[in-house]
Amino acid sequence: MARDFMTLDGNEAVARVAYKLNEVIAIYPITPSSAMGEWSDEWAASSQPNLWGTVPTVVELQSEAGAAGTVHGALQAGSLTTTFTASQGLLLMIPNMYKIAGELTPAVFHVAARSLAAQGLSIFGDHSDVMAVRATGWGLLSSASVQEAQDFALIAQATTLKARVPFIHFFDGFRTSHEVAKIQLLTDDDLRAMIDDELIFAHHNRALSPENPFIRGTAQNPDVYFQARETVNPFYASCPDIVQGAMDKFAEITGRQYHLYEYHGAPDATRVIVLMGSGVETVHEVVNTLNARGENVGVLKVRLYRPLDMARFARALPESVKKIAVLDRTKEPGSAGEPLYVDTITALHEAWEGDTLPTVVGGRYGLSSKEFTPAMVKAVFDNLDQAKPKNHFTVGINDDVSHTSLEVDESFSIEPDNVVRAVFYGLGSDGTVGANKNSIKIIGENTPNYAQGYFVYDSKKSGSMTVSHLRFGPNPIRAPYLITEANFVACHQPTFLDRFDMLREAVPGGVFLLNSVYGPDEIWDHLPRAMQEQIIGKKLRLFVIDAYKVAKASGMGGRINTVMQVCFFAISGVLPREEAISEIKHSIEKTYGKKGDEVVARNLRAVDNTIENLFEVAVPESISSKIEMIPVVPDYAPEFVRNVLGQMIARRGDDLPVSALPIDGTYPSGTTQYEKRNLAQEIPVWDPEICIQCGKCALVCPHAVIRIKAYDGAVLQDAPPTFKAVPARDTEWAGMQYTIQVSPEDCTGCGICVDVCPAKNKSKLNLKALNMRPQPPIREQENSNWDYFLKLPETDRRNIKISSVRQQQAQQPLFEFSGACSGCGETPYIKLITQLFGDRTVIANATGCSSIYGGNLPTTPYTHNAEGRGPAWANSLFEDNAEFGYGMRVALDKQAEQAAELVKLLSADIGSMLATKLLTADQSNEAAIYEQREHVAQLKNKLEHIDKPEAKRLLQLADALVKRNVWIVGGDGWAYDIGFGGLDHVLASGRNVNVLVLDTEVYSNTGGQASKSTPRAAVAKFAAGGKPAAKKDLGLIAMSYGNVYVARVAMGAKDDQTLRAFIEAEAYDGPSLIIAYSHCIAHGIEMKTALKNQKAAVDTGQWLLYRYHPEREDRGENPLMLDSRAPKVPLREYLQMENRFKMLELTKPEVAAQLFEEAQGDVNTRWALYEYLASRPYAPNGN
Amino acid sequence: MLDLTTTYMGYKLRSPLVASASPLSETVDGIKRLEDAGAGAVVMFSLFEEQLKLEQLALDHYLTYGTESYAEALSYFPEPQDFKTTSEGYLELIRKAKESVEIPIFASLNGTTPEKWVSYAQKIEEAGADGLELNLYSIPTDPEITGAEIEQHDIDVVNAVRRSISIPVAVKLSPYFSNMANMAKRFDEVGASSLVLFNRFYQPDIDVETLEVRPNLLLSTPQAQRLPMRWIAILYGRIHADLAATGGVHSGMDVVKMLLAGATVTMMASALLKHGHSYLSTIEHELLAWMTEYEYVSVAEMRGALSQQHAEDPAAYERAQYMKALTYYRAVKS
Repeated sequence: MARDFMTLDGNEAVARVAYKLNEVIAIYPITPSSAMGEWSDEWAASSQPNLWGTVPTVVELQSEAGAAGTVHGALQAGSLTTTFTASQGLLLMIPNMYKIAGELTPAVFHVAARSLAAQGLSIFGDHSDVMAVRATGWGLLSSASVQEAQDFALIAQATTLKARVPFIHFFDGFRTSHEVAKIQLLTDDDLRAMIDDELIFAHHNRALSPENPFIRGTAQNPDVYFQARETVNPFYASCPDIVQGAMDKFAEITGRQYHLYEYHGAPDATRVIVLMGSGVETVHEVVNTLNARGENVGVLKVRLYRPLDMARFARALPESVKKIAVLDRTKEPGSAGEPLYVDTITALHEAWEGDTLPTVVGGRYGLSSKEFTPAMVKAVFDNLDQAKPKNHFTVGINDDVSHTSLEVDESFSIEPDNVVRAVFYGLGSDGTVGANKNSIKIIGENTPNYAQGYFVYDSKKSGSMTVSHLRFGPNPIRAPYLITEANFVACHQPTFLDRFDMLREAVPGGVFLLNSVYGPDEIWDHLPRAMQEQIIGKKLRLFVIDAYKVAKASGMGGRINTVMQVCFFAISGVLPREEAISEIKHSIEKTYGKKGDEVVARNLRAVDNTIENLFEVAVPESISSKIEMIPVVPDYAPEFVRNVLGQMIARRGDDLPVSALPIDGTYPSGTTQYEKRNLAQEIPVWDPEICIQCGKCALVCPHAVIRIKAYDGAVLQDAPPTFKAVPARDTEWAGMQYTIQVSPEDCTGCGICVDVCPAKNKSKLNLKALNMRPQPPIREQENSNWDYFLKLPETDRRNIKISSVRQQQAQQPLFEFSGACSGCGETPYIKLITQLFGDRTVIANATGCSSIYGGNLPTTPYTHNAEGRGPAWANSLFEDNAEFGYGMRVALDKQAEQAAELVKLLSADIGSMLATKLLTADQSNEAAIYEQREHVAQLKNKLEHIDKPEAKRLLQLADALVKRNVWIVGGDGWAYDIGFGGLDHVLASGRNVNVLVLDTEVYSNTGGQASKSTPRAAVAKFAAGGKPAAKKDLGLIAMSYGNVYVARVAMGAKDDQTLRAFIEAEAYDGPSLIIAYSHCIAHGIEMKTALKNQKAAVDTGQWLLYRYHPEREDRGENPLMLDSRAPKVPLREYLQMENRFKMLELTKPEVAAQLFEEAQGDVNTRWALYEYLASRPYAPNGN
Repeated sequence: MLDLTTTYMGYKLRSPLVASASPLSETVDGIKRLEDAGAGAVVMFSLFEEQLKLEQLALDHYLTYGTESYAEALSYFPEPQDFKTTSEGYLELIRKAKESVEIPIFASLNGTTPEKWVSYAQKIEEAGADGLELNLYSIPTDPEITGAEIEQHDIDVVNAVRRSISIPVAVKLSPYFSNMANMAKRFDEVGASSLVLFNRFYQPDIDVETLEVRPNLLLSTPQAQRLPMRWIAILYGRIHADLAATGGVHSGMDVVKMLLAGATVTMMASALLKHGHSYLSTIEHELLAWMTEYEYVSVAEMRGALSQQHAEDPAAYERAQYMKALTYYRAVKS
């Protein structure tokens, strides 16, 4: 039977099969498995049928726990049901997994295996998650490549129906889930041939039905639980045979034969590596290479890890084997060894039929997608060659603490000559990755060649480097590791030249393609010295193109994807040039055609314009450059930043030894200041003559790069010549100087500050008090000014009236230069907290965007003031953030209580006057807090001299006498969905916590999936057909408690209301909830003018501004104050501003018409309700 | 029984009252309501090539913006299998309108590039439109391009479209040609079935509160009718193409004037936007009342009765009369 080849990634390959074989799909986003749910939702939205002609029902839940519960229920009701997950998501499914297995229910979960959060979170791949569920009774089937991932998705489903053992089918997160590879597709006939309808009927017949009622899920007692638990044994015993049977049948159908434990290598091998996951591919190839060199080695590929068939496992090994290394991609601290290692020993102990038990050692590799290379495999085999091989080793890191690591000879390589290897350095979102994916498709689907693509992204949200690794060759490519020997290197972003060593991977005689404004005659003189050395030393061919010029001339703006793609094909010769160009054009029509002919036309124009602008550079024979590489962090940075974080920034983090890293995940704050990202092509320039000193620019700046100080002008004597200062306009600051300063290398150039600036130049109305100007010509000057500005004294916090934006913005932000998207709508709110209260704040941060830009290495944005005080920040999980912050509050309250008790106890020793002051301080403003800190300092001083155990205890606790706030920060995915139960409980607790919900109305961090906050009619992932339900009213729910301060704010619509809400929330001695409209890249908007969207949301009534203050009720006033006016503009005007709504009109116009109308209805109803609530007469006690 | 029928672009219309391009024809329901109110035909809202381009580019921009940058969020929107672009929606509206109403449906198109004019025109014909109105709307600002070149471009566009489709083509013109009569003749020669006089250019406005330049749609007023009326009167009987009056037609009397000047049909948008679909029937009543009072039995009898050819004073439509008018005005003032 003819089967198509297709290039696709592991997630899509698996989802295609899972979608076809299920009737109900319960989804929830989590990296790196989200795409499987997204595909399913999109296919369902476009009514694509499954194998039985019906469109599967795809439902999103509030958490993975919810998804698992739904799966359990749907299975009990008799439908074929699946879900997709990873990491923490899988952990949340554990309780249901025990139930599903205990009830012998056929089901398959597809897992893109990922690390678990321990000392830090990681989104990348290893087996920590699947190993954590090995006791649940689920089968564990491991696939090692994209082809296998597709195939095993089917084999798992066929097996579970027959075996009645539910299965986790897992594959390596990112390495397999995101690798794009050419695979042979399964047809519907293949699927039909593997799936026995009778088994589906049997599953259905076991389902709950009133026609055939029974009870399942009883509570059992000591008399029978044990025996009942043992009833399932025969099913597990027969399961391996069933899996192998399915694999054999699959082989008959497709020709691809798999085995539960598949040995590859010399029949008389003495050394064997046992492992599972994508690493088997690497070992497979190394085995071939080593055996060709006369060694006797092999690999045992573990496919079926649970139920473990020990006999088959042992029999699969060659009898000749003397030494075995078992590699686990997980860590189990304190164990006898990692799970596969322990199981291997047990299996051999129980089932080895040879004369002598082989020596078995275990090792760890590849945690969090750590590279696992042929050189590392060689090191493992070499270890086995030792008389006493190292056990419990690690490979791939330098463990200089416990000395577990194996020495690796990095020069060992097995890259074959017939494979083209290309590495592309691009800027995030410049189209490089998309173009490369497209190139893989072109080669994979139009030539007999096999193709592989893998993409490495930066830890920052946007504006950073992407590295694409592409391989093409005549044979299937088994190389799940990055390219280190590239015959083709392309740099799509010229600013990388003096920052990163991109030619490290280039092989002698290779090609280097560079996008640069400098032509073939000029470029050489603009290359850094180190690069010139490598080009000459390696005899590289150098090509140059001004891709930005070509793209612009073709109407493509800054998107250089098509231009660089054409260059690659033109130079690399992977395909004949004409054929390649024809295929690129064909592909452009296919890819962009649905978006309209104009997009196609511009791309085609770019193709035609490229070749004539591509030049080979005549490489001189000598090095002439004086340009040195820029140090990644400045010399004055602290040692830890230079030696550890700096190495990560320079892409040398892999080389850091274990000893370099903190033992418990604790990192210093305030480190983003040392990572100058230099992203902005244009930065705002202040015109003090026009400025009205309103402070709005600093308020909205997402990256805290616009700062304000009011200070004594006397300090200005040594100011740099271009430093700007004018008299402060505020009458309370009379006589002081005033400066607004921009940090040129931290600015991302979003332009929001210019958009919000209300002060126009009266003679040239296109100019304001801030204007965007090219950064390079003023970078040095403004760097000097910025450095000088930082040295100016901070405006005394006691002299700042925090209730007005114009003064308040002189407060120092203690959250700066984060890796958030340029123009981010969330970060200004966080920054505001740190300005107002940062020196006394503890933050519990839910996992999501704010934990990523807030805590992703290498550098982090929370910082401290000159006194060393600043926000203390921690992230626990996604689902538990309210409880996490609540725990902090309870502890801090307890400490304050203990401290107060001790102050009373030691009153005589410390002096009753000081004791009274300490215990009665009101701390309601900066001056009072300052005073209390002074008193605490006096207290500590006295305690040093009191020789009592209570004094020592009080010395530990004294700081707790100063007011501390707890801010609980997270996005809507947390607050509305996964964390809602906890949030609800914490709000109900009455404790003094402040909750900030950064409401982007989608799961932004995982790529824009719908949450319950998503408004009606918005298109989002998981709501591809438009969200049919209205947004949940979280504020109204919170108000129902009566004692919760609740505010809804939108900084872009009414900044003084926002400021007031934050001040009131903090001051309120009880729970507070602020729901903050946060525009987001996932809205499909112009980020530069996003505040206009906020304003429109308020003007149309889509987003109401209000404050609900319980203390007003005590005064007999209505606690609800509406801060926005009645909707004055039709909602449609707002909806038309955002692609998330417009997209519905472009995909489902009829649905859009209906949902838009209903959304207007939501606005009207909501306004009527809130207007009533805010205007009803109110008396104490609600009478 | 008064006869309101007229033949426009080869179609016999029940009335010379035609709804011109406006948001009222953005839905099938809107078109149906226009028919119910007595419209002899409907010119659909204009499809602007520039707008379509921007729409496509915006869609592509927002779907790719920020993508492939951060490992957890490689994109931010689902990727639908298909998009129903505005042009597709427009064609769909033509198809549905043709199924729902009896009166002729004329599409309206504003292109910027010759290929797009032709390609959209063909699609519009395929969708079933009874005719196509070419909306020649552009503001030339390039000082290197001569008026003659612009005129030739317009002629070429009409010629190319005319040759590429078999349904009749109307041309909606601006009055800003050096010699309107010459241009009318040339459009006539390349086969325009109708000249629609005149296109109103939406002029930008300055908002003195926000100190911004912004588009500010002003509806036409009855004063605007003088210009088309003059040129209809001048052109009547001199070219083969039908003459459609548009701009400033707000009452039955305005219709009467245009018909007397020589219009085949009178088109309305502003008045209907202001008063609603049903205002068409009000105008029809006014027209009928006038015809009754002045004992005209048919629109055909009225058409061109006061054109330049048939007016007592043909010079009244030309420059001399303009001078006289000023003289008269000065005399009254003094």
